Amino acid sequence: MTTTPAADGDELFALHTLRLNINGEQRRIQVHAWTTLLDMLREQLQLTGSKKGCDHGQCGACTVLLDGKRINSCLTLAVMHDGAELTTIEGVADGEALHPLQRAFIKHDAFQCGYCTPGQICSALAMAGENHAHSRADIREQMSGNLCRCGAYNNILDAIEDALPACRGELETSAPALGKRGSAA
Amino acid sequence: MSPFSYARPTAVQEAVQLAGPHARFIAGGTNLIDLMKENVERPQRLIDITGLPLHEVADTVDGGLLIGALVSNSDLAWHPRVQHDYPLLAQAILAGASPQLRNMATTGGNLLQRTRCLYFYDTATPCNKREPGSGCSARQGLNRNHAILGASEHCIATHPSDMCVALAALQAQVHVAGPQGARQIAFADFHRLPGDQPQRDNVLADNELITAIELPAEGFAAHSHYLKVRDRESYAFALVSVAAALDIDGHVIRQARIALGGVAHKPWRNPDAEAVLIGKPATAANFRLAADLLLDGADGQGRNNFKIPLARQAVVRALTDAAQAMEAA
Amino acid sequence: MSATVKPFSVPLEAPMGLPMDRVDGHAKVTGEAQYAADFHSADLTYGWVISSPIAHGRIVDIDARAALALPGVLLVLSHLNRPELASYDESYTDADAAEGSPFRPLYNDRILYSGQPVAMVVAKTLEQARMAAAQVHIEYRSEPHQTDLNAQLGQAHKAPAELPKPRGDVSAGLARSSAKVEVEYQTPAEHHNPMEPHASTVVMQPDGGLLIYDKTQGTQNCRTYLEQVFGLEPGSVRVVAHFVGGAFGSGLRPQYQLTLAVMAALKLNRSVRLALTRQQMFTFGYRPPTVQRLTLGSDADGKLQAVKHQAIAQTSRFEDFTEHLVEWSGMLYHCDSVELDYQLVPLDVFTPLDMRAPGATSGVFALECAMDELAYAAGICPLQLRLRNYTERNQNEDKPYSSKALRECYSEGAERFGWARRTPEPRSMRDGHELLGWGVATGVWEAMQQKASARVVLDGEGRLHVSSATTDIGTGTYTVLTQIAAAAMGVDSDAVHVLIGDSSLPTAPLQGGSFTISSVGSAVQQACTALQKQLLEAAQKIEDSPFADVSRDQVVFIDGRLRLKADPTKQLALSEIVRSSGSGQMQAQVDAEPDSKKREPYATASHSAVFVEVRVDEALGIVRVSRVVSAIAAGRVVNPKTARSQILGGVVWGIGMALQEETQMDHDLGRFMNHSFAEYHVPVHADMGEIEVIFVDEQDTIVNALGSKGVGEIGLVGVAAAIANAVYHATGKRIRQLPITLDKLL
Repeated sequence: MTTTPAADGDELFALHTLRLNINGEQRRIQVHAWTTLLDMLREQLQLTGSKKGCDHGQCGACTVLLDGKRINSCLTLAVMHDGAELTTIEGVADGEALHPLQRAFIKHDAFQCGYCTPGQICSALAMAGENHAHSRADIREQMSGNLCRCGAYNNILDAIEDALPACRGELETSAPALGKRGSAA
Repeated sequence: MSPFSYARPTAVQEAVQLAGPHARFIAGGTNLIDLMKENVERPQRLIDITGLPLHEVADTVDGGLLIGALVSNSDLAWHPRVQHDYPLLAQAILAGASPQLRNMATTGGNLLQRTRCLYFYDTATPCNKREPGSGCSARQGLNRNHAILGASEHCIATHPSDMCVALAALQAQVHVAGPQGARQIAFADFHRLPGDQPQRDNVLADNELITAIELPAEGFAAHSHYLKVRDRESYAFALVSVAAALDIDGHVIRQARIALGGVAHKPWRNPDAEAVLIGKPATAANFRLAADLLLDGADGQGRNNFKIPLARQAVVRALTDAAQAMEAA
Repeated sequence: MSATVKPFSVPLEAPMGLPMDRVDGHAKVTGEAQYAADFHSADLTYGWVISSPIAHGRIVDIDARAALALPGVLLVLSHLNRPELASYDESYTDADAAEGSPFRPLYNDRILYSGQPVAMVVAKTLEQARMAAAQVHIEYRSEPHQTDLNAQLGQAHKAPAELPKPRGDVSAGLARSSAKVEVEYQTPAEHHNPMEPHASTVVMQPDGGLLIYDKTQGTQNCRTYLEQVFGLEPGSVRVVAHFVGGAFGSGLRPQYQLTLAVMAALKLNRSVRLALTRQQMFTFGYRPPTVQRLTLGSDADGKLQAVKHQAIAQTSRFEDFTEHLVEWSGMLYHCDSVELDYQLVPLDVFTPLDMRAPGATSGVFALECAMDELAYAAGICPLQLRLRNYTERNQNEDKPYSSKALRECYSEGAERFGWARRTPEPRSMRDGHELLGWGVATGVWEAMQQKASARVVLDGEGRLHVSSATTDIGTGTYTVLTQIAAAAMGVDSDAVHVLIGDSSLPTAPLQGGSFTISSVGSAVQQACTALQKQLLEAAQKIEDSPFADVSRDQVVFIDGRLRLKADPTKQLALSEIVRSSGSGQMQAQVDAEPDSKKREPYATASHSAVFVEVRVDEALGIVRVSRVVSAIAAGRVVNPKTARSQILGGVVWGIGMALQEETQMDHDLGRFMNHSFAEYHVPVHADMGEIEVIFVDEQDTIVNALGSKGVGEIGLVGVAAAIANAVYHATGKRIRQLPITLDKLL
């Protein structure tokens, strides 16, 4: 990471240059220290699939995978993640081919307004990799960081349960490449 | 959020040298960024400590565990030794927040969570913890989730952590580094009661950094239970929580630990409540006795009066479940 | 969990009636669906709202110097420097306005409620705007405020609502009743909290026009409002909402972020994005708190002799918000002596706003809990009590229902739930340290239809473009209109392309009230019929046309073709007809209106029966809703998959309402305090139990041509009452103040 002082030399307004692998694509991005990962994605890169529902880690709509782990991108500063690999909803499908989770969400009508959906899918994708969810009750508990105000929970549960075997099979063969899949791969 | 400068030291001493009253260490950021967005925290400098070598979980020579301050809550909860030897800690961590937040939040940061008092979070309102001397809105206001023990006229806030309740019961040690070197703080002494300085949550100096948490060998693995009572099944702060741990020989209790969360400015323990169980059988009647002692002096603020009977019942339930873990084992 | 979708006795024409996947599903699972704050523009700037910390008073001074000195800051907007705004109330009214003087953002120095927008910072980046907002110093002069409904009940005045006249003699009815209840219920303020915070992205057009991506349930409502408030040329504003991240009523009125964003765009002549924070989502409309007194009397058989429902709700000082709160008590059961009363208390708060099943949610909660109390007072099974008072007529209007399969809801729901195995005594069912409770309640919602327009365009490739200004707030409008158009036009659903959420499209009402499909769907159906007429005429003009002398009833439109009934080999592809007509496309647009003459003699409503099982941890007071069966009578269901989702969502809302949701006001500060998703609890995944949805067979040839009544609200009505009744059955404790948090059960 390199840091460029502001024109007036004020340390507070310095710009930091980051390298990030986002959905398989290497990107070089300049941010101020206070830019959150979510605002960087949405406002600087126009990757608006990650949603801002609360901006305080209380809803999960901004969930992305950072080095394979699900996090709330609204509560972390972009500047802290130089060199990281990110997967956002835009990188979940393999080109035109939808990920099994995405297909299952459509099949089970696991959304209504669709606003929480990117976060639900990213969260479920990471949960599959964590491998701690072994029952419907486990899925419910481990998906509780993703609110859905439309109340599609039971359909989301059905969709995840349906797609989990496919997710796990897929992850066993290509877990390290998770962040590299996507349209740009 | 106010403008701040950013530094990313790679050594602990470098980090503490950068620290000061207007600086904040940042790791997971799950609470600090949250508070900065509300202008509750307005640091002029952020010291990103994620590059420090504090990410390891290691066995100690006496059979305990040394947990680096930067180990994430998830990694810690699912760590094989924690799962096996300290299930109370694993349960407590997994009862808190969400998987996403637990992936971000760190062991050290968890200790430094600020209260969830509604007024602390809203800069439009008076709050002694946020702005010393401005008054406590909660005492006469919305205090359903406030303290029933150890509160002061200046502040009735509670500490929101689940993990800390378990760490209190397990009698962890907090390893701290400062410009003058390292020191250890017993968990019970780490957080403080509000008194007339509610702005201070703990005994750390501005330039001190938590480097590790040390667990003693005794993890009460056979007979422990973390019970969290909250307003929804998950992803909510505790109204009351209990970390209960028993060492039971046959039918007689040899050692007991009970810590309460959600009731005070710090995880609440009372040696008398634990001592009363020693040498006694694990019965509901004895558990009720312990609960009464633990809640001794509890006082409601109006809307939170219910926490007193709730905490009492929760203690009995948690101890009962801890004891039954023995029978199942 | 499952949905029981039995074949309806008179099925809809396919693909209507089929559980089709959402046509917008792909966009929603890939992140391609764009919501109001997702649109970009090269000259985009960012707004940040500053909200009032006081509940009542005046702004004395605004010092913006420090903020304006910060890098990137372009503007600090307030009443002192805002663009000119309309002077009269009429200009601020809108299609869902309450009676009174609508709120005018940044109009003057007066503070009417805590959280009121008082200024807005605009900067080149979001963070700059947020930082600068903290540097704007505003001095206020506080005046006394009153925000406590319970403390001000004496100040109530009659609500400006047309209530059914009293009927019969309630006093006499009560006097001859052997079982009576007189109880007071209270419901709290609740906020809609759609997952998408309200946002507007105003994109300045080269010609000075405004293209606005807004979170709204009424693109044309917002367009008209803006034209009036800013005195803009008709046609210069276009409001687009292709995707709306939930709303539940929050988007029925133009919200203040829209007005502020437009103000800034006009002032700067630049594009502006303004998204509210989650905290600011608590600074406008909400479901109003109510205090409701129910007096019911029945004879020994449970036959209702008297019903009295008196409600007092809160409103703002500037508008009288009303909803249909008490009417349900005069129509849901047969009773010849009924008195309804509805009053409002003005407070220093923002005006309430329609929120999912407005009125019915709160009013039917009180009625259905009181009915449960009456059942116990009379010693009758709560389900039996409801059956004994069943009515085929709406006595408020003295009309028969166009259809009412509520009896089937009771019987099929009870069967699926296993109601017959219920032991009536409270605390009589137990599982370990959990008490089990089974409760039932009835739900009801109006089946309305509004005027609406739609356009259908058939192109030379045989694609059917359907358009209307209505929106899809997650309800499935895109999908259901696709099915309606495909069926009406006789084309494959893949050939249908629905375009909605744009004020420049044919006129549509607000999306709300469960009337979108009955209104817009009818318009689409009629537009297709009109287009078919044109297609036949065009086909007749083709040389050697096999359709030269045939009439409409001798042909069918099927599989994208026009076909002679008598000789199916005689057919023409619709695309071919379009191409032969010489123009690239053929289109029809209709303005559909409810068939008032047909509907007038009838009352129209959807109904439900909700059966709930709760498990209550006796020592800790924790309530879990383990099982719900919701049986719905809402006419014919166009898409059982999306309709079921609507009902599931309604049930989840009912769980939230019963157990969790309450916006808490600090009355000393006059301020809502739990303004976050951490402290305003809505249900999470882990709160869910099994939820089963049943659509009972209900044929209705009156309500509209589809025979479909809409399912957006009915899934919610009655759920909270069924839960509260189940909690009573489990614990013997009657909690009359929502939400039923565990402290109330200790």
